[in-house]
Amino acid sequence: MGKELIRLTNLTMDFDGERVLDGINLYINDHEFLTLLGPSGCGKTTTLRIIGGFLTPTAGEVLFDGQRINDVPPYRRKINTVFQRYALFPHLDVYDNIAFGLRIAKLDELEIDRRVQEMLDIVSLRGFENRRVTQLSGGQQQRVAIARALVNQPKVLLLDEPLGALDLRLRKDMQNELKRIQQALGITFIYVTHDQEEALSMSDTIVVMDKGRIQQIGRPEDIYNEPKNAFVADFIGESNILDGVMIEDYVVEFFGRKFQCLDKGFAPREPVDVVIRPEDIDFVPAVQGDLTGTVTSITFKGMQYDIIVDFKGFKWLIQTTDYQSVGSRVGIRLNPEDIHVMKKSEYSGLFGDYSSYSAEYDEIGEEDGDEA
Amino acid sequence: MKRNRLLWPYVAWMTLFTLIPLGVVFYYAFTDSLTGAFTLENLSHLETYLPIFLRSIFLSLASSAICLVVGYPVAYTIATARPSRQRLLSMLLMLPMCMSFLLRTLAWVAMLEDTGILNQFLSRLGIAPLPLIRNSGAVILGMVYNYLPYMIMPLYTVMMKIDPRLIEAAQDLGCNNRQVFTRVTLPLSVPGIVSGLTMVFVPAVSTFYISQKLGSTGTTMIGDVIESQFKTAYNPNLGAALSLIMMVLIFLCVGFMNRFTDQEEGVMTL
Repeated sequence: MGKELIRLTNLTMDFDGERVLDGINLYINDHEFLTLLGPSGCGKTTTLRIIGGFLTPTAGEVLFDGQRINDVPPYRRKINTVFQRYALFPHLDVYDNIAFGLRIAKLDELEIDRRVQEMLDIVSLRGFENRRVTQLSGGQQQRVAIARALVNQPKVLLLDEPLGALDLRLRKDMQNELKRIQQALGITFIYVTHDQEEALSMSDTIVVMDKGRIQQIGRPEDIYNEPKNAFVADFIGESNILDGVMIEDYVVEFFGRKFQCLDKGFAPREPVDVVIRPEDIDFVPAVQGDLTGTVTSITFKGMQYDIIVDFKGFKWLIQTTDYQSVGSRVGIRLNPEDIHVMKKSEYSGLFGDYSSYSAEYDEIGEEDGDEA
Repeated sequence: MKRNRLLWPYVAWMTLFTLIPLGVVFYYAFTDSLTGAFTLENLSHLETYLPIFLRSIFLSLASSAICLVVGYPVAYTIATARPSRQRLLSMLLMLPMCMSFLLRTLAWVAMLEDTGILNQFLSRLGIAPLPLIRNSGAVILGMVYNYLPYMIMPLYTVMMKIDPRLIEAAQDLGCNNRQVFTRVTLPLSVPGIVSGLTMVFVPAVSTFYISQKLGSTGTTMIGDVIESQFKTAYNPNLGAALSLIMMVLIFLCVGFMNRFTDQEEGVMTL
C-alpha cells in the first residue's frame, strides 16, 4: 500500500438541517481497497459523493494529495465513479460509452481506440463494442460502467453499491473480478456497500459507519475479530452480545460466572459488552459445560446448523455442524480467545439477543441501499 | 375479449368523426363538382397552388424553428427547477391556452395594427409607425405565440425523464457544464425536439385564420385556401383535393422527422 492519497477531516454534512455526516475523519492510501460499510442512511453514499465532488460538505475538509479540493468540481478531479445502477449513456453504444471520457479529454482517436480496446479486454466485453447499452444484461452493463470509469486511468475509483442489482452468483464473480482489476491496475478503490460479506472478502480496509459516524476502521480480520461496539459486532456477522463486568485484566464476569479472556485495560468492575461469535462455541456434555442451556430451535443452513439455546432466559445463536435435538440439555465451553470484551456504547443492549430469532432473520436484515 | 370493449367508445368516435369524414373527403376529391363523376381534375390544380403550399411549409418551418429556439431554454429551465417551481411555471405556460385561440390572435391584431397599441406607443416616442402587421413576420409571430406551448410541453416531459445520474456521470468523466449539455442533455432530448417540432409544424402548416388576420394576400396559407373553397368559392371538391394533398404532405414530414428518433428508444410520435 502506498502513501496517503485522500484525507477527510472533521467532515460534516447537513441536509435541510438534518445531520447526515457527523465529524468524519478518515485517510485513504494510494492503491488501497477501502470499503465504506453500513446500513441504509448511515452516510456512506454521502461520504462517497463528497469525495466525488457531487456534494460540498457543510464543514470539514477534503484533501487530495495534500490539496484542499472541497470546491473543485467533479470534472476537475482525478477521480472516476461507478454509479449505482450504472448510469450508462443510453444514446451511445458500448464503445462510445467507454470512450466518452477520453473524447472529452480530446485524446487522438488512435490512442482512444487503443485504450478502449484494452478496457474491453479487461472487462471481457470484446465483440460488444457496437451494442446499445440498453441491450446488455445487468452484469454486462456493470462491466461497461467499470470500463468507462477505468479507461480514464483515475487515481481513485469510487464504486457506489456497484453489485447491488446483480444476482448472487454474478455478484460473487464480479467481486473476484473487481478485486483482480484493482490489483492489476493498482488503483485506489473506495467502495460503498451494505453487504458485510462483500466488504470482508474484497477490502484492505473497512470503515463501518452508522448514523453519520464512523464506528470502526480496520482490516477485515480486525473488524470481525475485534469489533469495537455492539453495532459493529452485530452488523459484521452474527454475534451474541451479553452484559458483563470486567473484574480485572483478563477476567470478565457474566451469567454470574468468571471467565478468562484476552482483554485488558478496563477500569475495575467496569460494565462491558461481551461478544461471543456463534461459530466459536463448542458443545460439550451438559455436566462438563461452563454454562448449560436448553435447545429451543434448530435450523439447517447447509454448511451448518443454526441452533438457538436458552441460557437462563437469554437466547444465544450457536452455529455448529453437530446436530442437537430441540429440548435437549446442552453444555458449552468457552475458551479465552472466544470471548471478546467491548466498552459499553450507545448501542449496548440493542443487538445480539436472539430471543426473537426466526429462520427469516437474514432476509429481514437484507435491505436495498437506496439512500441520500 | 373483454378488454376490447373498453375501446368501443373510441372506435365509435373515430368512425363517426374521422373515418367517415375522411371517406367524404376522398369522395369529393375524386369527383367533379357539377356532375359528380370520377375525375382527377381536382388534384391537377396542385400546380396552381404549389406556391401557397411551399409558403405554408416555409412559414410553418420557420415558426417551428423559432418555437424550438425559444422553447428549449424554457423547457430546460422548468425541468431543472425545484418541483414546487415546476408546477407554477408549467401552469403559467398553460395559462394563455385557457384563452380562445381566436381571441389571442385578435389581441395581436390590436397590438400590431398600424394604429395599434405598439405603434401608438412608438408615435408617442416620436418614431414613425412601423409596418408590424400584414406580412409574413406577423404570421410567424402569431403561429409561434399560439403553438409555443406545444413545443415546450414535449421537451419538458423528455427532459424530466433524463436520469440526473447521467448528468453526474458526464461531470465525473470530465464534462464541464457546456459539455454536459452538448454531449448528454441535448442528444437525450432529441425525441422531445422531434415531437415538439411535429406538434408545432402539423397544426401550423394547416392553420387558417392567423394569416387572414395578421397576414396579407401575399401570405395566404393553404389552410385559408381550403377554407375559402368550402365557405366562399363553393368548390368543396377542390377543397377536399387540397386537404388530401396536404394530408399526404404532413404524413411525409412526420415520417421524415421520426427518422431522427428511430435509433432512440421511446420513439415519440403524434
